[in-house]
Amino acid sequence: MFESFLGGIHPKDGKELAKDKPIEDMPVPQELVVPMGQHIGAPCTPTVKAGDEVKRGQLIGTSSAFMHADIHAPVSGKVVKIEPRPHSGMGSCMAVVIQNDGKDEWADGLPLTRNWQVMENEEILAAIQSAGIVGMGGATFPAHIKLKPSKPVDILILNGAECEPYLTADYRLMLEYGAKIITGTQILQKLLGVKRTVIGIEDNKPEAIKAMEQAANGTNIEVAALKTKYPQGAEKMLIKVISGREVPMGGLPMDVGAVVQNVGTVAAIADAVEHGLPLTERITTVTGDAIKEPKNLRIRIGTPYQAAIDYCGGFVEQPKKLIAGGPMMGMAQATAEVPVMKGSSGILALTAEKVDHGPEMNCIRCGKCVKACPMGLVPSMLSILSERQAYEACRDEYGLMNCVECGCCTFVCPAKRNIVQYIKNAKGFIRAEQMKAKAAAEAKKKAQEATEAKKEAEK
Amino acid sequence: MSEEAVKQETASSLFTVSVSPHIRDDETISHIMWQVNAALLPAALFAIWWFGIPAFINMLVGVVFAVLGEYLWQKGMHQPITAFDGSACITGLLLAMSMSPLLPPYMVAVGSLLAIIVAKQSMGGLGFNIFNPAHIGRAALMVSWPVAMTTWTKMADVSGGVDAMTSATPLNILKMQGYDALIATFGSQSDLYWNLFIGTRNGSLGETSTLLLLLGGLYLIWKGYVSWQVPVTMIATVALLTWIFGPAGLFTGDPVFHVMAGGLMLGAFFMATDMVTIPMTIKGQLIFAVGAGALTVLIRLVGGYPEGVCYSLLLMNAVTPLIDRFCKPRIFGAGGAKS
Repeated sequence: MFESFLGGIHPKDGKELAKDKPIEDMPVPQELVVPMGQHIGAPCTPTVKAGDEVKRGQLIGTSSAFMHADIHAPVSGKVVKIEPRPHSGMGSCMAVVIQNDGKDEWADGLPLTRNWQVMENEEILAAIQSAGIVGMGGATFPAHIKLKPSKPVDILILNGAECEPYLTADYRLMLEYGAKIITGTQILQKLLGVKRTVIGIEDNKPEAIKAMEQAANGTNIEVAALKTKYPQGAEKMLIKVISGREVPMGGLPMDVGAVVQNVGTVAAIADAVEHGLPLTERITTVTGDAIKEPKNLRIRIGTPYQAAIDYCGGFVEQPKKLIAGGPMMGMAQATAEVPVMKGSSGILALTAEKVDHGPEMNCIRCGKCVKACPMGLVPSMLSILSERQAYEACRDEYGLMNCVECGCCTFVCPAKRNIVQYIKNAKGFIRAEQMKAKAAAEAKKKAQEATEAKKEAEK
Repeated sequence: MSEEAVKQETASSLFTVSVSPHIRDDETISHIMWQVNAALLPAALFAIWWFGIPAFINMLVGVVFAVLGEYLWQKGMHQPITAFDGSACITGLLLAMSMSPLLPPYMVAVGSLLAIIVAKQSMGGLGFNIFNPAHIGRAALMVSWPVAMTTWTKMADVSGGVDAMTSATPLNILKMQGYDALIATFGSQSDLYWNLFIGTRNGSLGETSTLLLLLGGLYLIWKGYVSWQVPVTMIATVALLTWIFGPAGLFTGDPVFHVMAGGLMLGAFFMATDMVTIPMTIKGQLIFAVGAGALTVLIRLVGGYPEGVCYSLLLMNAVTPLIDRFCKPRIFGAGGAKS
């Protein structure tokens, strides 16, 4: 039916832990920590100060930079501190700490009721922008920027693949809030004027496929059952499988006329446009073999991981790793103090049994990574060259910068080599070199201008 | 709480941090290597039945010296010990299986040590060896003790009417006396084929039974350790070329004989598929297999040796890095937007 992408892997999905747990509202904890960097782009600057009273949905952080998404108070209460706090992506980040007053009052005028069908596209886009919506699958790209592509697009793809093992947040959302997803999708159809709209779901979630087919009944939205294979939900793979188009190297989806949004993002867009609600909560899966009662929670942004874990009965066993996101691309956390953010699709606690593996050995050139790589790279060579600090060779001869860090190569490696780590090292080096070169070029230009100005003056 | 206690509590509540992915497949190098050993077992057991105790002793000596050599080297060089991961065992076993059962065991021991120390460990150990260690061991013995290496056992008289009192391998007979003499030795063409298929013929210790090598090879393909394209392409190349360049002019050859004779089955399924020394992409592997097959035929039909599998594979090992360089997969999105 749909052609597949090359490579990919079939890890044990671990979704049985939480897939049958209906979405539960988690009570708002006493203290919420809202980081100012929750999106790709410039971090926000707080617009409140310690001691201020805030209401839910009130703007608390913004930025003058183009690439950013506004941040809103997730609960009513008092700002007690503004200070750097542990952050699941950056290590540490400035955060607004809000003491919950227990009233949970919305800011003035919220929620409102609007009919999106009579709204202008500019109004819709403004509503999405002022709600601070970002890509909620984990990439956290500001939605209002992605939804104003600079090139014509004709296909909208909804990402319901949820190919990361263990995570079930999108699955539950599709089962329970199909209508909301469809509303959000129709808003995007109007906004983008696309010819075709497809929701892609892996075929290991037949109930979700059924639920979305029912919800989409009577609309022109297609539901596509995709082969279960990681990383089916990676943007480029999804576009390739659904439309047959291949995003060019270094390019963006809009280069092939496509826009991809996660189903969670679309549901948040429906709330923002219809009810004016900023993004202050999301669905997050708290799961893993170390969690007593895995759950799918509707959780406020800023909830510390520890509070969510406690709500799920705590640990049955001390986990070895606490992961923000899924096990393939999520980031391991040192502490459970980090808060839930807009891109937090899961909180995963895994015991040593799940994450331990043998020591790293030499590459034996078995070629499993080459077969597994969906991007057509040679991960084994990248890892060996990076290990030898031949970073330029990684970039020039082995397409380093095309790596999407999906982790397939490292998953299949029988030598247990940390290939993604080697690749990240090499990328980091190349980026640092680029920055250095850019800075040097600018300095040279300035110096030249200065000498010329001097010469001018001397004349 | 004292400061020390607070520090301790914080430390114990910290989780391990490392780069993703956090879960791994269960497959290990050691598991792959032991699976390959297991796939060689039927042919090895057959060799003991067919050639007797000397075959058993040679294989035992090959394995013991390979593993021991690797262990002592790693111990002496203060490296992590990986001597028991099964790869040294394969080297020793393959080496013994690719030589005459009459070879004195001390020569097998020397070959095993050369294979492990020179061809494998001095290159940096498993993964960094350019050449298949077993083949280096065999080639070294070939130039050191050429007579011993080409003295073959007398064929036992198990198939009834066969006049088996010759001490040459089928490929030897072909080279020295011609095709008709070969048929005469076995009685008829169908007898020749049958003996080659079952393995009741003269030859290197583990190379004789086409049937059992095929069985082991199919197991590896089924388990996914070997891409079927490699052995199939190498064997097909040999069949095609030996058929075309027959003894009585073009298209008069006997491909069935050439495919089952000598070490082709052992080489195609167990040596041309040695992941360390062959290209990593399918495209590269196909080039490797065609090259190995063509060189084998060249040596068999034109060269001085009756058999060419060992040298052809060594030659192709040498160009493997070059093949890898030119046979990279196509990067997703290369060549601009595609729709």
